[in-house]
Amino acid sequence: MSGLVLDGVLKRYGSLVALQRTSLHIPHGKFVCLLGPSGCGKTTMLRVVAGLDQPSEGRILLDGADITDKPAHQRDFGMVFQSLALFPHLNVGENIAYPLRIRGMPRAEQAKEVERLLALVRLPGVADRPVSKLSGGQRQRVAIARALALSPKLFLLDEPLSALDAKLREAMQIELKQLQERLGITTIVVTHDQKEAMTMADLVVVMSEGRVRQAATPVEVYRRPADAFVADFIGVTNLLNGKVAGDGLLTVPGGTLSVPGLPPAGDASISVRPEEIRIHREIAGPNRLAGTVAFLRDLGSHVELRIDVAGQEIIAVTTPQDRPAVEPGSPVAVELPPPSCVVLDS
Amino acid sequence: MTRSPPQRYADYGPIAFPAMMLVIFFAVPFGLMIAVSFFQRIEGGFYEPTFVLANYERFISAFFASVLGFSLLLAGLVAVIAVALAFPFTFLLTRTLRRTQVVWLVFLLSVLSLSEVIIGFAWSTLFSRNAGITNLFVALGLMAEPTSLSPSFSAVLTGIVYQAFPYAVLVLYPALSRLDPALVEAARTLGASPLRSFLTIVVPGLRNTIVATVIMVFVFALGSYLLPQLLGRPQHWTLSVLITDQALYQSNMPFAAAMAVFLVLVSLGLVGLSLMVGRKEAAA
Repeated sequence: MSGLVLDGVLKRYGSLVALQRTSLHIPHGKFVCLLGPSGCGKTTMLRVVAGLDQPSEGRILLDGADITDKPAHQRDFGMVFQSLALFPHLNVGENIAYPLRIRGMPRAEQAKEVERLLALVRLPGVADRPVSKLSGGQRQRVAIARALALSPKLFLLDEPLSALDAKLREAMQIELKQLQERLGITTIVVTHDQKEAMTMADLVVVMSEGRVRQAATPVEVYRRPADAFVADFIGVTNLLNGKVAGDGLLTVPGGTLSVPGLPPAGDASISVRPEEIRIHREIAGPNRLAGTVAFLRDLGSHVELRIDVAGQEIIAVTTPQDRPAVEPGSPVAVELPPPSCVVLDS
Repeated sequence: MTRSPPQRYADYGPIAFPAMMLVIFFAVPFGLMIAVSFFQRIEGGFYEPTFVLANYERFISAFFASVLGFSLLLAGLVAVIAVALAFPFTFLLTRTLRRTQVVWLVFLLSVLSLSEVIIGFAWSTLFSRNAGITNLFVALGLMAEPTSLSPSFSAVLTGIVYQAFPYAVLVLYPALSRLDPALVEAARTLGASPLRSFLTIVVPGLRNTIVATVIMVFVFALGSYLLPQLLGRPQHWTLSVLITDQALYQSNMPFAAAMAVFLVLVSLGLVGLSLMVGRKEAAA
């Protein structure tokens, strides 16, 4: 199989299992985001791939070749660290040239390569500057240029944008994605920011408690979350728990719903995104639940409603044009269209 | 936070205490020693306060020059060897578990609590023919028969390096434990082997700390006066040994003081020189 394959990889630190047995296939040229809250094992997975940590069990294959026992310095992977890890005693050019120097490239070629890489990250002419004289965003670019100096087979980034302010972070996300598309290099980014993952990734790997919860495209992760954790972690969602009755309908507090893909019997949970929900003043109708408006706010770009349905709060979002003529206290019905109800793995 | 320069005398208050301590425990004793170095010694008695240069004139001789040269060479060698051993040791120590680090640091501190006399006698026993380590080598088949390794230059060197090693570790430890582990990992992912990343990232990155430690150990070794006597021959005696001899056994305080002042000036000059060279290199 071409690309990177994790085959039953498991990582223990002492008695703690940081990464549960994981198998994952990352095809060539993909931009992958490992997404999850802190302590979910995403950084551990990246370190195991980089060769900085040995997996306790399992194998890692690159284009079919077993690289599990290959030390980090022989893997030819470029990595950007959370602290950036720029060498403080070297200037910008020397930092970027470090991997070239280690490989014995002649000095003149090193200088040419440094200029090419600095142009690539849109930071030309700073090769002679000390690292301490650069801004946060510039350091970021230098770290990226250094990691790309060897034309690595794999580009790994550990929370690369966490130190930047929100505006710069967003700009860098787009730039990083464009850079990756231009170079066509397989890239793995660790992040806890779901918006960052949605912006950049071809493949989002959602993790929690050392386990991969779902690996899919950003849209699929959002529209068809595999379980309650994914649905809740990615964006805002409404989780409803109920029982499947004999007629194949789901009985939830406040009414019954027709949902595709329900199990034949027993308990079931569904997720419905706020923007899929429709608000009606007319209570009667298919897949409608009666409730009262508890809270309403108009944020200009969209309107958010919180509706109390049999004690549970349902969040709905509409555009200003579709804003229903309701106010807090109004009796309303929420319609959960069957295609937008996603049955979750329990 | 902005700071304005002191406006009134009261603003200097916070530094009054350290300044006073510096005067009482450094400036006054050192000033006394300088004064004594110009006094006239009375044969068979003590000394009287006058102003003579005879004490300084006396050691401008080939003999004292060679002793001074030997002292500086010995201290320099001790400094380089102790730091060369302590630096990789401390680096590896900071990569271990916290508990292991504490055990090692406590052990090294306990070595510091040993007096120079005990260290000297312990090593002279270890270097002896009857009970020394050569007996172990013979038992292992590495040597034909046990020999005495002391007194000798290497015995003096070993003793002082042993004594200086914990100091070197304790000075290097804070800087090395603050070193971002990601720096070494970054070097590894960029293609440097563990040894290569140590030599190209850790050592140059901590150059200032290394220079400071070498200077500290150098000054420390320069003052060693018991170990050269216990582990060396008379030709291995340092200037500090001669100063002790003059001060305690020959009762020639003025001459001892003059030698001590001279030693302090020479070592200060050397330290200043190495700092200047370091700064020039950093600027280049």
